[in-house]
Amino acid sequence: MNTISPAAPTAAAPERPAASARPTGFVHDTATVFARESRPLVRDPFSVIFSLVQPLVFLGLFGPLLVGASGGDVSGTLQWFVPGILVMVALFGTASTGANLLFEMQTGSHERTLVAPLSRSALLVGRALKEVVPLVIQGTIVVLVAVPFGFRLDVPGLIAGLAVLAVFGIGFGALSYRLALACRNRDWMFWMVHQTLLFPLMILSGMLLPLEDGPEWMQVAAAVNPLSYLVAAERALLAGDFGDPSVIGGVIAAAVTCAIGIVLGVQAMRRAR
Amino acid sequence: MNSANRTNRMITARGLTKTFRSKRQVVEAVRAVDLDVADGELVAFLGPNGAGKSTTLRMLTTLLPPTAGEATVAGFDVRHDPAGVRRRIGYVGQGTSGGHTQRVRDELHAQGAFYGMGRRETRARAAELIESLELGQVANRQVQSLSGGQKRRLDIALGLIHRPELLFLDEPSTGLDPHSRANLWDHIVDLRRATGTTIFLTTHYLDEADQLAERVMVMDHGAVIADDTAWALKSSLAGDRVTLTFGTATDAASAASRIGGEADDTVVTVTAHGGDRALPRYIRELGDAGLEVVAATHRQPTLDDVFLALTGRSLREEAAAAAPGGELVSAG
Repeated sequence: MNTISPAAPTAAAPERPAASARPTGFVHDTATVFARESRPLVRDPFSVIFSLVQPLVFLGLFGPLLVGASGGDVSGTLQWFVPGILVMVALFGTASTGANLLFEMQTGSHERTLVAPLSRSALLVGRALKEVVPLVIQGTIVVLVAVPFGFRLDVPGLIAGLAVLAVFGIGFGALSYRLALACRNRDWMFWMVHQTLLFPLMILSGMLLPLEDGPEWMQVAAAVNPLSYLVAAERALLAGDFGDPSVIGGVIAAAVTCAIGIVLGVQAMRRAR
Repeated sequence: MNSANRTNRMITARGLTKTFRSKRQVVEAVRAVDLDVADGELVAFLGPNGAGKSTTLRMLTTLLPPTAGEATVAGFDVRHDPAGVRRRIGYVGQGTSGGHTQRVRDELHAQGAFYGMGRRETRARAAELIESLELGQVANRQVQSLSGGQKRRLDIALGLIHRPELLFLDEPSTGLDPHSRANLWDHIVDLRRATGTTIFLTTHYLDEADQLAERVMVMDHGAVIADDTAWALKSSLAGDRVTLTFGTATDAASAASRIGGEADDTVVTVTAHGGDRALPRYIRELGDAGLEVVAATHRQPTLDDVFLALTGRSLREEAAAAAPGGELVSAG
C-alpha cells in the first residue's frame, strides 16, 4: 500500500464520457444470454463429446446384453434401443445443467448478471435454450455411431425426433435451473434430488428394458412418467413412422415438460437475489 | 449521459432498512440508514464483518429489496425503476464476476451485450479495458486459470464496460496479496483521475479507507455511526496519543495527575488534540516541576482508534476473529 495516494480528481477533471448502456428487450436479452452460455461450447467443442461417454457406454455394454436377452437380431435391437439412448442423452445432459448455475451463484458471476439490466425471464430462457445445442450434436453422434452396427437411419425421422427431444430438453434444463436456484449454496441438496429422481425416471420410462414384462405398479408409474411417452414417440419417429399414435403422446409430454419448466424456472429467477 | 438525469446527488437514501427472517430468528441487518453521496465522491464504508455494509450495498444496487425506507441511485428509485439504476451503475461484488469456463475477452463482449451496447462499440471498449487493466496476456484464457489479482482486475473491467457514472465495489481487495492490492488501487485511482467516476466501496481494511477515501462512513450493527473525512474523524473522535516515561512510578503518578493522563507503572498515556505540539510543552512544564521525562512518543490516531472510541471494540481484532466472507448476505 506504499505506492497509493489520495484519489481526488484533478482540478481540471476531464469530461466524463457518456454512459453506454441502452435499454433492451426480452428477445435481445435472451439472445445475449444464449450466446454467452453457448460460447464455452464453441471454444471447447470437445466438452460436448466428453459427456457422450455415458450414453456410449450404455450403447456398447448394455446393448449386447439386450441382444442376448431378447434373442432378437442386432439391427432390430438397436432400432428399439437407440431412441431410448437419445432420451437418456436429453435427460442426463439437461438434468445436471443447473450445477453450472449453482457454481456461478457461488462464485459471483450469477450476481453480476442480476445487476446487469437484463430481464430476469431472459436469464432463465436464454440458459434453457442453450441446452438444445449439445443435445442435438450428441443425439446425432449417437445415431451415427449406431449406423455401422445395423441401425437404419431415417433422416426426416431423426430431425423430428431431435426436435421433440429439444423441446423436452429446454423444459428439463429449466427445471434443473429451478432446482439450483432453490438449493442456493447447498450443493449436496441439488445432487441428492438429482440422483433420487434421475434413475427412477430413467428405469420407469422403458428406456433400457421393456416395462410390459414388469409388475403392474411399474406400468402404472410409467403411465405418469412423461419420459415413457417420450421414449415411445422417439421409437416411432426414428423409424420414420410419423403416423404412430405414440408420436402425439411424446409431443404433448415434451411440450408440457417445457411449459412447466419455463414457468417454474422463470418464477424462481424473478425471485433470485 | 442524459443531462435530465444528471444529479448532484449520486446516492440518496432515507431510512433504509433490511430485516431478515430465518427460522425463528429476526435479524435487523440494516437499521434506518440515511446516506448522501455527491457526484464525483469516493466514499468508503468501513466496518467489521456482519455490520451490514454488503446488505446496504445490495439494496442500493437493486439486488435486495429494502424492508423499509427508500433510495435514489444515479437519479432512479431502486424500488420503482431498478432497470434504470442497473443501466447507470457498475457493480463489483465480493465474488468473481467472470464465469469460470468463459474466456476473459468473451466475458467482456457478453457484458457489453448485456448493457445493450453495439457489437463494434463493445469490442472497442473491451480492448480499451483489457489494455488499461493489463489483461492482455490473459485475454484468451479461461477465467478459472487466472490469478486472484487478474480475476479482480477482470471484475473491475466488467463493472466498467458501459462507462457507469457510479461504481460500487464490495470488499474489492479482500483476499489479495499486498502487491496485487496496491496494483488494484493504482487502477482505481487512475480511473478516478481520468473519468471522475463516483466510487462507493466497502472495506474492512483500515489503511485502505484511510488513504484512499475522501469520506469514511463507519458502520456497526446495521447503523452508520460516523460519517466524515478520515482526518476529521480522527481528530474529533480519537485524538493523538502521547506517552511519557519517567524514572520512577511516583513521578509518573504525579505527572499523570498534573496533565490528566493515565499512569501505568512508569509510563503515562495521554490523549491530546495536536499531540505534536503538546509533547514539547509537557516535557518543559513537567521538567520545570521537577518531573524529568526520560522517553516520549507521539502517535497519530488511526481509524481503528476512531472505531474503538465509537464502539469500545477494536476493528483489527474483529477482522482477525471473523472468518473471511462471513458477511451476512441473505437469509431468505
